[in-house]
Amino acid sequence: MIMKKLRSLPLVLFLLFSVNTLFAQEVKTLLQQVKAKYDKVNDYTATGKMKTNVIFIKAPVATVKVYYKRPDKLKIKNESGISFIPKGSANVNMNNVLGLSDYEAVDGGTEKISGITCRVVKIFPLSDEESITRSTLYIDEAKLLVMKSVISTKENGTYELLMSYKQYAEWGLPDKVELSFNTRDYKLPKGVTIDYDNGSGKDKPEDLKNKKGKVEIVYSSYIINKGVPDSVFN
Amino acid sequence: MFIDLLKIELFKIFKRPRTFIAFGAIAVIILLVQFALKVNGKDFVQFYTDSQADTFDIPYEKILNGYFVCVAVLHMILIHVPLLVALIAGDMISGEAGLGTLRLIAGKPVTRTQLILAKFTASTIYVILLLVWMAVFALLGSMLIFGTEDLVVFRETDMHIMKSGDVLWRFFAAFIFAALALTTIAAMALMFSVFSENSLGPIVATVCVVIVFTIVQQLRVPVFEETVNPWSFTTHMLGWKGFFYVDKNAEGATINGSVENPGSLVRSGLILAGYIILFLLISIRTFNKKDILS
Repeated sequence: MIMKKLRSLPLVLFLLFSVNTLFAQEVKTLLQQVKAKYDKVNDYTATGKMKTNVIFIKAPVATVKVYYKRPDKLKIKNESGISFIPKGSANVNMNNVLGLSDYEAVDGGTEKISGITCRVVKIFPLSDEESITRSTLYIDEAKLLVMKSVISTKENGTYELLMSYKQYAEWGLPDKVELSFNTRDYKLPKGVTIDYDNGSGKDKPEDLKNKKGKVEIVYSSYIINKGVPDSVFN
Repeated sequence: MFIDLLKIELFKIFKRPRTFIAFGAIAVIILLVQFALKVNGKDFVQFYTDSQADTFDIPYEKILNGYFVCVAVLHMILIHVPLLVALIAGDMISGEAGLGTLRLIAGKPVTRTQLILAKFTASTIYVILLLVWMAVFALLGSMLIFGTEDLVVFRETDMHIMKSGDVLWRFFAAFIFAALALTTIAAMALMFSVFSENSLGPIVATVCVVIVFTIVQQLRVPVFEETVNPWSFTTHMLGWKGFFYVDKNAEGATINGSVENPGSLVRSGLILAGYIILFLLISIRTFNKKDILS
């Protein structure tokens, strides 16, 4: 009886491996389809409003311009003021993940993002050269749009992006992006700034424990595939 | 009659060469700071932003603009200006006593109260002129040298960014508040001056009081923070900085034209005004009872 069961084990293992490979193949196909959609955009210049919500930064809503050029050039500029742009904002460009050539993809099932059932795809770059260590994409399979991504990088920690699409959905370009990231403590040595005590600092030590920063960009317009000079990325 | 007295007091202040030491010193300090920041300003900004350089792209060149430089200059200079104010106000009565002219002016057909008020008003005008001078060099000078942009103000645990169009009124308000703060010093120096027969004592006493209370304030010992600091004039003299602390809405964005906790600025202003009145009353009462022998 036991011998009979053992004889069927290779068959079970083979089936399991085949199913796994099939799913991996399926998500890779999905990723290629999404990439094909995003590849319609060679470059764009977008205008938008950027809100910075970081516990230790009080900043006005900024009018920003976002420049993108395939494959991986992205620059956010506040041309009429000062903004602290998170370094991970380069990951707003989905090509950073979709453009990977050597990677493993794992199907992570489905999850609802903003009321839409999305396919969860976990991506692991195989090359040591890549700055991304792992990434999870939440893809709207019907529209082939990345609704959310969680990207872990070697140098700048983990970034979470939440996208919503409206009029530029056919290009795979979001109308709104929310970028969440980890921040470091901001504390200058005592006596350097000699602050005026206006009573606002009493609840700050508790607040500072919340180290998640958030930047939200609401795009108002895109100029797509009209060319972007390389000089803007310097 | 009061105006005549005031004119005489102003004439006496501006006839003395030492009055212009303050104007010269302020101009030299401001120019030196501006030169240093022009040459090595990025390092200065880096000092404040270093801990965030891995997380954010820091626009160093934009941060180092005329408004930022002016705030930096005021931060450095306004701590030392009380010394320059004491140099003049501390000499107002004691200087006359030392020269032997106090009996002469007290013998004029004016009340001693009028005399004290004229000297105090003259000291206040001196303070205002000093601040106007500072504004010309620190604000207009920096705007010309460094240009204008949004203003970033760094505090110990946070940073505030203000739109460039929302900045000039803050400087105006800050200079008015600084005038109130320095007038407190002038009133205190004048009060010490009433008790003394020579100029050095009131000047040194004023500077020592400012230093001691500033140290007490910066030590941040809980017992001082609860008892001394809320009422210390050195705590409230920093109120000018409060105009550069901007408020934010629920989404974290700053509100144009806002000031974080404006009630505290009103309270600080009232406390400083209270000190000025107290010092003046002590001066008037003491001077009225003073047996003038010189």
